[in-house]
Amino acid sequence: MKTRFWQRNKPDVSAKPVAKPEAVSAIRDVKAIESAIAPNDPLMAALLGAHGALDLNEIKFESPAVAAMKAQGLRMVVPLISQGELTGVLGVGARRSDQDYSSDDRRILGGFAQSAAPAVRVAQLARAQQIEAEARTRLDNELRVARAVQELLLPRAIPQPDGWQMAAYWKPAREMSGDFYDFIPFPDGRLGIVVADVTDKGVPAAMVMATTRSLLRATAEHLVMPGAVLERTNDALCPDIPPKMFVTCLYALLDPVTGTLHYANAGHNLPVLRKSDGVVELRATGMPLGLLPGMNYEEKCVKLSANDEILIYSDGLTEAHNPAGEMFGYPQLRELMTQPLDADGLIDFLRERLDAHVGPAWEQEDDVTFVTFHRKAEAHDHNPGALLTEFSVASAPGNERDAMQRVADAIARLNLPAERLEKIKTCVGEASMNAMEHGNRYDPAKPTGVAVRVNADRLLIQITDFNGDGASEIPQETSPDLDLKLAGLQSPRGWGLFLIRSMADDMRHMTVDGKHTLELAFNL
Amino acid sequence: MDAKPFQASVTFTPDAAPNTAVIELSGDINILADARMSAAYDEAEKHSSPMILLDFSRANYINSTGIALIVGLLARARKNKRELVVSGLSDHYKEIFQITRLSDFMKIYPNEKAALSDAAHRS
Repeated sequence: MKTRFWQRNKPDVSAKPVAKPEAVSAIRDVKAIESAIAPNDPLMAALLGAHGALDLNEIKFESPAVAAMKAQGLRMVVPLISQGELTGVLGVGARRSDQDYSSDDRRILGGFAQSAAPAVRVAQLARAQQIEAEARTRLDNELRVARAVQELLLPRAIPQPDGWQMAAYWKPAREMSGDFYDFIPFPDGRLGIVVADVTDKGVPAAMVMATTRSLLRATAEHLVMPGAVLERTNDALCPDIPPKMFVTCLYALLDPVTGTLHYANAGHNLPVLRKSDGVVELRATGMPLGLLPGMNYEEKCVKLSANDEILIYSDGLTEAHNPAGEMFGYPQLRELMTQPLDADGLIDFLRERLDAHVGPAWEQEDDVTFVTFHRKAEAHDHNPGALLTEFSVASAPGNERDAMQRVADAIARLNLPAERLEKIKTCVGEASMNAMEHGNRYDPAKPTGVAVRVNADRLLIQITDFNGDGASEIPQETSPDLDLKLAGLQSPRGWGLFLIRSMADDMRHMTVDGKHTLELAFNL
Repeated sequence: MDAKPFQASVTFTPDAAPNTAVIELSGDINILADARMSAAYDEAEKHSSPMILLDFSRANYINSTGIALIVGLLARARKNKRELVVSGLSDHYKEIFQITRLSDFMKIYPNEKAALSDAAHRS
């Protein structure tokens, strides 16, 4: 151990009592003498074994420290020993009178050193505590700032798309967290939803959290779809993540208009879908981020209906222990997800149950994060739905194909089964054809209007025409009879409305301001 | 989904399929296909085969006016005591044939080969 001490004096005043006025003025002129005694310097042992002052000129052993002290004008050194520890050394120069120090001088110096040593020790301890307290305060301040910075990385506001109620909760176990959640809005209205959990807690986890968040955001901007986003983020994170650390992450992409949710999972807890008739875990396989590059992430899709609610959570919830050491556990969470909720919503409900489980003296073991999103129930009659597209096509033979294609493009985001899509296209084609032929009489000045809307349960397609020359122009629904047609007793035509009636879930006619609209409804 | 002009071609190969004339339909089957479809049917009837096959494998769109044309051909075939059968319909159009009951009067084969093979066995 290296020992360093300081001696300040002026050779001709060093031995004088400091209380004297002339000494005070002399002390103002003191020069700092800095000297160090290496731990292996024999002077160290001599000081520890000394019973009073040591005359440097009487020391016979070779000591670099003694040589240095003598070179700086010191004559005597007196160890300051408190509770067996060398806390300092009192050094004095030559006497003013140029005479040697007397035995009385030495006794006085020894007594002084004996009295001073505990005071020096106390001063040293106080100083050490002060330094430690300052360091702790600085660290606390830095952590507070870091926490504030980390909170800035979380969304400042929770997006609330029309027809949805979204909520989030984030509670770190320590000043800083390895959990995070994020919402990434896309220009087309879709919303990326992230919940991630970095192994470990505190500062290291928080730093990995910040990196992962940035990578996910940057990747999502280009790739959008969850499987590809996790794949690219994993590859980017692998080279930089510290050993033995990894990130579990659930990334979901919600289309608020259609209720379609694509999701991929990098080893995170399974999201839970709460439906009116039960609870479903949304499974998709994938390794945590940062373990191995080149991983693939399974991507799944689910359609959320009115009243459906998704919970994405971190394991700080399910792995919370009560005073008896029992975990909160997934079975309890699953059971809670089946219970009716009051107006406060799912997050408050789960927080209450977590608090009840862990008790008031809980020392939070891990970060806790929830994100929930709930598709609100809306009556069809009061909710025309979000507009997917609105356009018009010229009323000319064959242009129903244009209407069919544009509707198909607009509803592609609904991910409907192919056979369902074909039926919708046929209905749109037949309705458009009727509008062009009967409603608009193929008049170039009378375009056929098409509007497509979707709500939680239904796709609504409105085909609007100019109502021909009056309501009588609209073909009335008939039931075509093939036997009669084959016998020549009924026109071979007249299949259009019959096909629509057979393939759409509902249809209705409306005439407003001289325009006729056929509304086709398809249950989702 | 661009509109494609309707085409119909008739093939009759007495050696391979002596009892079936095949009308291969391609493009959009709608009211605009009326004249060409009628002409193709006329040509197929000239071969005096007891069976006429409408092959839809290259038809990409059939609307209600196209269904009406098929009803017209079916009426003619029944009048002239010929069997009209179809092949190459997608699942969607198979369903339309069922909804309209056309499938009650026209046997549906998955493809032309299956139709001709069945016809050969029946002869």
